[in-house]
Amino acid sequence: MNGPHDMGGMHGMGPIPIEPDEPVFHTEWEAKVFAMSFATFCHFFPVDETRHASERMPPGDYLSSAYYERWLYALELLITEHNLVTPAEIEQRMAELAQGE
Amino acid sequence: MVHTHRPESDIALRVKAIESLLVEKGIVDPATLDTIIDAYEHRIGPHNGARIVAKAWVDPDYKQRLLTDGTSAIAELNLTGFSSEHMIVVENTPQVHNLIVCTLCSCYPWAILGLPPTWYKSFAYRSRAVIEPRKVLQEFGLDIPDDVEIRVWDSNADLRYLVLPERPAGTEGLSEAALAGLVTRNAMIGTAQVQPPEPPSTLAA
Repeated sequence: MNGPHDMGGMHGMGPIPIEPDEPVFHTEWEAKVFAMSFATFCHFFPVDETRHASERMPPGDYLSSAYYERWLYALELLITEHNLVTPAEIEQRMAELAQGE
Repeated sequence: MVHTHRPESDIALRVKAIESLLVEKGIVDPATLDTIIDAYEHRIGPHNGARIVAKAWVDPDYKQRLLTDGTSAIAELNLTGFSSEHMIVVENTPQVHNLIVCTLCSCYPWAILGLPPTWYKSFAYRSRAVIEPRKVLQEFGLDIPDDVEIRVWDSNADLRYLVLPERPAGTEGLSEAALAGLVTRNAMIGTAQVQPPEPPSTLAA
């Protein structure tokens, strides 16, 4: 599939963002997205399907999202497509958590 | 530093919601999530790759096996793991400098080097490493002379690469463990060279 993920040779992406002494995860949500993806792609869907899921992200979103945001997109797409969780359950739980805060 | 598309607080809330649902339904175990995070924050990292490099520097037979069949030679050290099942090791020499990228996503030998740094996952590195590697390396402070060939290796989901950097001069007397201590993550991706050890301050003065 020829999508925005096929970046080799693309122009205009600017300087390399080199961050000294970078932590493995910058935030707790990054760590959780990684761990949930890792835990599910070992048991529910293969890594290749995860890659394909992130490549199905709309090009504009792909190009404006951070790395673990693309992972989150793939995770959410796969758990809903595999009927492990429904989109409505996620929205409802978000509303509940927001009220509880 | 994370530049996200949506507000960080929205993303964090969404992640919390998904986590609580997956835990509630028994799809993921919270202890497993903690174990995974701890492993990649504390146990799996470039020190694994550094052991491979140092062994290759002190053991010519091992180096030969490593360059011929990286997958098997890495398995000898029990360092095979997730996302590093098939490995090719490429050697830097005075004539050749190797650089590793994944243009399609961020494929990287997790078991050998840990999770990749942000720059490796960046659009800038993924797009530019294959068309202007010398300029990219200059941004890392590495000037590769024009008469040195640069070989860029594009990783994929099934095959990952490791650079065997050049052993610095003046390290003849060092132990394998001390040599491993000199080897950096970037040197094993090809965006740095291994530096000789700092001389003791009494000698440097």
